[in-house]
Amino acid sequence: MTLTTEADRAKHALTTMWTIRRFEEAVDDMFARGLMHGTMHLSIGQEAVPTGACMALSEGDYITSTHRGHGHCIAKGAKLDAMMAELLAKETGYCRGRGGSMHIADVATGNLGANGIVAGGVPIAAGAGLAVRMRGGSEVVVSFFGDGAVNEGAWHEGVNLAAIWDLPVVFVCENNRYGMSMSVDRAFNVDTLAERARGYGIPGVTVDGNDPQTVYDAVADAVRRARSGGGPSFVEALTYRWKGHSKSDKNLYRTREEIESWRERDPIAAFEAAVTGGGATAPALSESDVEECRALARDRVREAIRTANAAPDADAATLTDAVYAPAGEPIAGGTRA
Amino acid sequence: MTTTSDTRSAVGPAVSAVAEPRTLTYSEAVREAMAQAMAADDRVFLLGEDVGTYGGAFGVSGDLVHRFGTERVRDTPISELGIVGAAVGAGLAGMRPIVEIQFSDFTAQAMDQIANQAAKIHFMLGGAATVPMVLRAPGGSGTGAAAQHSQSLEAWFAHVPGLQVVMPSTAADAKGLLLSAIDDPNPVIVLEHKLLYKQSGPVPEEPVRVRLGETAVRRTGTDVTIVATGVMVSRALEAAERLAADGVSASVLDPRTLRPLDDQTIVDSVAATGRALLVQEAPKTGGFMSEIAARIVESPAFGRLQAPVSRLCGLDVPIPYAPQLEQAAVPQVDDIVTKAAELVRRW
Repeated sequence: MTLTTEADRAKHALTTMWTIRRFEEAVDDMFARGLMHGTMHLSIGQEAVPTGACMALSEGDYITSTHRGHGHCIAKGAKLDAMMAELLAKETGYCRGRGGSMHIADVATGNLGANGIVAGGVPIAAGAGLAVRMRGGSEVVVSFFGDGAVNEGAWHEGVNLAAIWDLPVVFVCENNRYGMSMSVDRAFNVDTLAERARGYGIPGVTVDGNDPQTVYDAVADAVRRARSGGGPSFVEALTYRWKGHSKSDKNLYRTREEIESWRERDPIAAFEAAVTGGGATAPALSESDVEECRALARDRVREAIRTANAAPDADAATLTDAVYAPAGEPIAGGTRA
Repeated sequence: MTTTSDTRSAVGPAVSAVAEPRTLTYSEAVREAMAQAMAADDRVFLLGEDVGTYGGAFGVSGDLVHRFGTERVRDTPISELGIVGAAVGAGLAGMRPIVEIQFSDFTAQAMDQIANQAAKIHFMLGGAATVPMVLRAPGGSGTGAAAQHSQSLEAWFAHVPGLQVVMPSTAADAKGLLLSAIDDPNPVIVLEHKLLYKQSGPVPEEPVRVRLGETAVRRTGTDVTIVATGVMVSRALEAAERLAADGVSASVLDPRTLRPLDDQTIVDSVAATGRALLVQEAPKTGGFMSEIAARIVESPAFGRLQAPVSRLCGLDVPIPYAPQLEQAAVPQVDDIVTKAAELVRRW
């Protein structure tokens, strides 16, 4: 599948990337104006990774996400109004105001959740893969994480379990070059993070994470392998976060020139150029198609803000409700004393 | 498992007019609970270090691998964080995993997945997902295994909203509480005690659940209420026998689950006896008996107290190796007798 020559695919990819961009610009703006509470981690500049990766997935497939997870949610098909409502501390938010930006999940679309702990989702993804294997399913799990996660113990343990048990998991690293302020050059003694895959006996590739087609190709390859029983793979996608780590970041650890050089490699602008005739093939989209995708993304985000703003605030009267799930059906057999 | 009758109330055919209750060891009872749950429900499986052919570090899983195969009795590498994380993920995706951690001390390796993931996912997601995971781990001292293989860590887990904490003290409870834990949609930490694994007791053959959150009254007395957990329950019962011979009448209560905690039964007993002696193996500072003490003094039983609420706990030291030091580090029967008698005589 080529995203740049098939009009429907191209529109989907472009609209998804624009939706992520517009959603995050909107929350960044609301936060700056004091209209949004808490903290958040923006993935502006990295939109091609979740977009390309999730286009390689089918209904029923799972993902685990990260603290920088808005893009994963959106690309996997989450409802924007419920995401926005969560960030705006509303009862209608995905987590009823209990989770906020770092814990949005959408189990209905297979999104097992963002995670506030670096690499927290990696062994969880292995476990979801184990569940699929044990019940003879054909679903695949994509585990998203950043470069920082690759130095966490949980990452190594989770990847190893998936490897020794041939689990249907694709480990997708968004290498945005910094774990907060720690650059990959200082945090790793390997040239590419994908080299780590060899240590676990699984395939590993490094690809351009600013090109949704390249990400799609690598992840689709890994998904095919996983779905057919070939076990897990590691895809390292090289990208860059334009914004700070979170809200306290003064960008003291990187230069203005470096940030600017990556902004010039804007994944959305590059994709627009490719789909409107940048390549040798006939253009998949016209200028007006592109404009339509942009407008659709903008309108979706505006509508999400409107809907969320009108929703009731999360209610402290029910705060302790969801600490424990109510007892459901016991497993089969036996009696209660 | 084909029948759901409760053998304790069933009237059998004439062949066994006086049915002797069957006895099992505590570890056999744990194994039987796992086997019955696995036989009843394909979603239930066990994973942990050496739980397969080896049969578990303490022999608890025993022959389960031969009965259920290597997929469902799954040996893992030495990766506690990965194992618990895999159980969290499998639980989220619809399975009913039971994790065995070889020694409860090693849960320190897995604490992110226990306390930050398993405990919080249901809440953080606004109730949209559940983590039906059981984590079994043996705790406690008395085996000469020293400081990193002997701790009593129940307070760590009990402090985390979202976890449930179970401490079975008898073979029957080891089975019945584990079955309830497996049924439960929330994560449950089951802290078994190494010294109890070989203790025998009557255990129903059928999968009879013991509800989480019900304090057991092991003995009823009038002068003092002794609340004890884990291996301290049998020590408290032995102490109560000796106290009775000495004219002191003690109740012995076993909370069995710390979260949820049935404090009402404890408060009622203390209101009746007027004295409370709270016994735990774990170090005193920040221990779970401090919580029970607070529940008592916050309750109407406060007005009925005839003596200060008293804790008898492990010393605030890591568990030492030498047997005489190890014994000195945690309450023994003599200590309970002395302390209870003092509470009754002095006040």
